[in-house]
Amino acid sequence: MSDEPNKGLQSPLRRKLLMGAAALPLISILPRPSFGAGPATATVNTTGLAVTDTEVTVGILHSATGTMAISETGSIQAEKLAIEQINAAGGVLGRKIKFIQEDGASDWPTFAEKAKKLLVNDKVAAIMGCWTSASRKAVLPVVEQYNGMLYYPTFYEGLEQSKNVIYTGQEATQQILAGLNWIAKEKGAKSFFFIGSDYIWPRTSNKIARKHVENVLKGKVVGEEYYALGSTQFNSVINKIKLTKPDVIFTDVVGGSNVAFYKQLKAAGVDLSKQALLTISVTEDEIDGIGGENIAGAYACMKYFQSLDNANNKAFVPAFKKLWGEKTVIGDVTQAGYLGPWLWKLTCEKAGSFDVDKIAAASPGVEFKEAPEGYVRIHENHHLWSKTRVGRAKLDGQFELIFETSDLVEPDPFPKGYQ
Amino acid sequence: MFGDYSIGDLGSIFVMQGFAGLILFSVYVLMALGLAIIFGQMGVINMAHGEFMILGAYVTWMTSNFFQAFLPSLFSGYFFLAMILAFLASGALGMLVEWALIRHLYKRPLDTLLATWGLSLMLQQAYRSIFGAREVGVDLPQWMLGSLKVTDSIEVPINGVFVMGLTVLITVVVAYVLYKSRWGRQVRAVVQNRIMAGAVGINTEKVDRYTFGLGCGIAGIAGSAFTMIGSTGPTSGQLYIVDTFLVVVFGGAASLLGTIASAFSISQTQSTLEFFMSGSMAKVLTLLAVVGILMLRPQGLFALKVRK
Repeated sequence: MSDEPNKGLQSPLRRKLLMGAAALPLISILPRPSFGAGPATATVNTTGLAVTDTEVTVGILHSATGTMAISETGSIQAEKLAIEQINAAGGVLGRKIKFIQEDGASDWPTFAEKAKKLLVNDKVAAIMGCWTSASRKAVLPVVEQYNGMLYYPTFYEGLEQSKNVIYTGQEATQQILAGLNWIAKEKGAKSFFFIGSDYIWPRTSNKIARKHVENVLKGKVVGEEYYALGSTQFNSVINKIKLTKPDVIFTDVVGGSNVAFYKQLKAAGVDLSKQALLTISVTEDEIDGIGGENIAGAYACMKYFQSLDNANNKAFVPAFKKLWGEKTVIGDVTQAGYLGPWLWKLTCEKAGSFDVDKIAAASPGVEFKEAPEGYVRIHENHHLWSKTRVGRAKLDGQFELIFETSDLVEPDPFPKGYQ
Repeated sequence: MFGDYSIGDLGSIFVMQGFAGLILFSVYVLMALGLAIIFGQMGVINMAHGEFMILGAYVTWMTSNFFQAFLPSLFSGYFFLAMILAFLASGALGMLVEWALIRHLYKRPLDTLLATWGLSLMLQQAYRSIFGAREVGVDLPQWMLGSLKVTDSIEVPINGVFVMGLTVLITVVVAYVLYKSRWGRQVRAVVQNRIMAGAVGINTEKVDRYTFGLGCGIAGIAGSAFTMIGSTGPTSGQLYIVDTFLVVVFGGAASLLGTIASAFSISQTQSTLEFFMSGSMAKVLTLLAVVGILMLRPQGLFALKVRK
């Protein structure tokens, strides 16, 4: 039963898909791409992947159930949109992409098991998947052992690089440093208060941020606090923030705690239009739960905002909403999820093959000019060159772009002097 | 850490920190009251307590949407109606669950642990299918946002004061119902000796059902109130369940007073420690203290004296 491609979709999505299916007769009037005109299967697939003359199979591996479904739903949606668009444009090497969706169920051993199933039983050519670092760490040994290809969408703490993984989100230095530089310059910020959830990503990110504040910006970290995942009480730390009066509150709180933190900050009378707050963990998705009025005025530092004003994004946002509903919002990770299938397609075409070894070797230098965030290119270390941007949260839950780096920022997963 | 601050600054921070502790206390009491009735009085280990709370939160969310769409002029007062609806919805679901599931397990109290845990998973997935996997944002009326400025430097969150008031009100009502009303006497009689209570003509099945419903209903109110300070999503209930059991067990299972005393000591310890050290460390030390005290006093802070 878990082999059904659409298993685990919540009912509104399923309805959308059915509506999409109902529109198929209309599409058939349009000129349809013909599949099967690509190079011979024997030449593009020498390692026994699930590739036929007309089809190639990939896996989607995210949590559609459990606590992480909140976050991963957007990635699933983006990846399906990308696959649909690629198929409409003629597929990959003349083959239509077929996907098999597996549910990691917010449970890390399940992720590893499903990854193995996708690679060993289904012989998928690539996996779009994982979200939390914990799930990626569980899947990594599996994709390395069975030589698979994983496209991982989340911004993460870095300190990892694998032949078998393409990281389409930013690693920590890429995301954080430009934002800190900007706020130090723009607000003359000298003192910082760090608050995060207690696990690897916030701890590593704050470690990098602390080194940067102390060694490069010559500022001071006046407080560094961690709360257990799921904590809902922040009144004490908010009092500490009031006492230390930092120039900037720097946050990487995640999940349900996020909502509690901003609600209590607002209730405690901290006015984000006067008190600068820089977050690396709140995207448009999170604001849905937090409520625009609780976070308006805060700055977020990442690579993509739904409100970006460029031609690629203006095509991407309506296409996404058309497929998944007018009310859906698109956050940084959702956009990075969208990059995965496209980068894989472009790499396959560059390599002229679906073979994982050839794709891993061909990946560096692949550029995607139609990326909603503007332009991305794969680095030798399998991360992406991308711009870093700062946005200010508005009442309606969107971000207003305040700053972007003039050049692409080089990914540096093992930053010297920051460990 | 205090060297650079004036006496005035420190004074107001300590006042605000005191309030933070009181707010945490109210939150703990509010979330534990329902469970104190269900676990404390009936001995049912209700792992789905958090999900009953979240049902209340979703009811609040739906009420706020309804008012925004159809009665925007009355929006500022919707929260009171929402809490009543949350009580009724969670209470009704509680009675249904008692009838379908719990009543078959009174003789096997440990099995209720497994059964209600399964129930909590089912409810979570039901919320996810009905309301979507993402968290929903509950809009609050303007007067509930922001803080009260007591002096120039002392600010108290309005929603915190609201939760405190609500907690006092509900505690008083529950105490009255349990200890003064006729029905409360029946509940206590059933708890202490089910067979004898039945023999003197108390309808024990009915008492059980209403007691369970009352406990779940109060969980619903708590969930409704927590939309002001926390998140509302399919799995948000899980955020509360551990603390809730901690408070009830530490207080002594069958004692309302124990629950209050335990909520007070845990919240004050935690909020004081949080101020002087990091959040995670404060939690660790609080839990260690609780474990230590429970080793010395396994029955909890206050235990009902009954002949065994």
